[in-house]
Amino acid sequence: MSFRPIFEAHAWDDVKAGIYAKTAADVERALAASKRTLNDFQALISPAAAPYLERMAQLSQQLTRQRFGNTVQLYAPLYLSNECQNICTYCGFSLDNNIRRRTLSSVEMLQEAAVLKGWGYDHVLLVTGEANQTVGVEYLEKALRTLRPHFAHLSMEVQPLDQQDYERLIPQGLNTVLVYQETYHQQGYKKHHPKGRKSNFHYRLDTPDRLGRAGIHKMGLGVLFGLEDWRPDAFYTALHLDYLEKTYWQTKYSLSFPRLRPAEGLLQPKVEMSDRELVQLICAYRLLNEEVELSISTRESPTFRDNIIRLGITSISAGSKTNPGGYAVAPESLEQFEISDERSPQEMAAMLRRQGYEPVWKDWDPTLTAIARQ
Amino acid sequence: MTTHPLVIAGRTFSSRLFTGTGKFSSAALMEEALLASGSELVTVALKRVDVTSADDDLLRHLGHEQFSLLPNTSGVRTAKEAVFAAQLAREALETNWLKLEIHPDPKYLLPDPVETLKAAEELVKLGFVVLPYVHADPVLCKRLEEVGVAAVMPLGSPIGSNKGLLTREFLEIIIGQSRVPVVVDAGIGAPSHAAAALEMGADAVLVNTAIAVAGQPVAMAQAFRLAVEAGRLAYEAKLAAPATHAVASSPLTAFLD
Repeated sequence: MSFRPIFEAHAWDDVKAGIYAKTAADVERALAASKRTLNDFQALISPAAAPYLERMAQLSQQLTRQRFGNTVQLYAPLYLSNECQNICTYCGFSLDNNIRRRTLSSVEMLQEAAVLKGWGYDHVLLVTGEANQTVGVEYLEKALRTLRPHFAHLSMEVQPLDQQDYERLIPQGLNTVLVYQETYHQQGYKKHHPKGRKSNFHYRLDTPDRLGRAGIHKMGLGVLFGLEDWRPDAFYTALHLDYLEKTYWQTKYSLSFPRLRPAEGLLQPKVEMSDRELVQLICAYRLLNEEVELSISTRESPTFRDNIIRLGITSISAGSKTNPGGYAVAPESLEQFEISDERSPQEMAAMLRRQGYEPVWKDWDPTLTAIARQ
Repeated sequence: MTTHPLVIAGRTFSSRLFTGTGKFSSAALMEEALLASGSELVTVALKRVDVTSADDDLLRHLGHEQFSLLPNTSGVRTAKEAVFAAQLAREALETNWLKLEIHPDPKYLLPDPVETLKAAEELVKLGFVVLPYVHADPVLCKRLEEVGVAAVMPLGSPIGSNKGLLTREFLEIIIGQSRVPVVVDAGIGAPSHAAAALEMGADAVLVNTAIAVAGQPVAMAQAFRLAVEAGRLAYEAKLAAPATHAVASSPLTAFLD
């Protein structure tokens, strides 16, 4: 069983046409439904739903509060390496970028970890590029072992791995894996990933299935908005999530919404996604799925983040550095992408409290999967 | 008026309102609401507390004489994981009481009956006071009773749903035949639901979301306290049987008078 036949049964152009054909009546039907379908979701992300944004936001807030309470989880990325054999048109770590490459040693990882611990973090997201010689499964296993005693929750955003590799890493304390498809548009994907293992669209598309079969506890999905029209990409993500929830029903899921912003010297988004549209999408996901975790990173601006947490977001990062060694070892090295929100974790926590949310630093414990921390 | 106290595993509770500690907007507000609820047994998710730290924020706010802690295993998916986590909880929180929660499905958080029974049996042998969270399944509740659990905690409706006693028919069977206390857990969304559960003869209720996400959690905690007291008082006072229509005379048997 895999997602592929479902994916192939939904042609991009048909999906796109279907979304753009939605009417106000479709949107109202979707809003009135008690359980919403993927068809309702298409209406909610369509241009026809734009005038209904305030109502969507109110419903989204209510559903999120019911399920998640007055809490927001905090996590921080921990970049372990910027070595990468891939060329990706939008990424600072791309092979063709002439930057100093660095991979953290165990000692350096612990130096970085100490800074994050000092800020109160108990959940870190380990990030690398794709360099299988130096940052392969053995390196990742070592990293998990090194960091496990220090954090309650270890997530990973690295190259897609084989099922047996995931099965090897999970008992080492790997709880969550994020794997973003970037875009479900096959030709667009090829254009943005011309070289390296990442250019294999289908291997990436099958990754959540491999993770599910390996029994991962939580997995995160998403696309990079701006590579293609965001609406079909958002729909495919929802379709993928729907399939995964039914197939790997013991796994938890989260969604993220990274978007390319227009900036000098960097890849310009092909289709820009406005703030209003991103809010529309976040609310639409919540109206479709009351249980999925919705996460927002420091790519977004302080004002946007302060407002968006009330509308359905359940997890945020803060104080992030997107360069290996960025917290302590080598603060000046090149970042993967630019941070828009430079506030410290403590400032973010204070902002959450002012809005009536409890910042949650710890929401997992490895003992719950029978893994000792030491 | 005083009602009969509740006894579970030899411990006496004057409050029949058990509470949860999740979803509050701050630990201080949680503390205030739980104090107002009169609750004497509060459940704490192991995933939320840092048992390695002497200064865990959540635990610090629960350090009142009034509260006994009931650690729960929320997050585990199997009996094996539950037993492992329970042993850690016992050591770290210095209590052998345990709310056994095994819901492998993270979407609806519905309890796994097979793994729960397996874990309960083992935990009882290991000396735990086990309070298992289960579906409102009368046969499962009897099986759990037979392996020695201290109480059963059937759900009223899906956890966090606030939908009330959707499983009423089955709860009545469970209450009718149970030899251990029955605590209705999950789905209680309003004080009237809690009162209804106590009126039916449930020994206690466990409430979290309905208090934590209320507009004013402290006032809502008081409302639940009163509803639970009223429900129990009504149960002990023996409710008059309901009638579907007015009964004014005896048209069929009046000729006998």
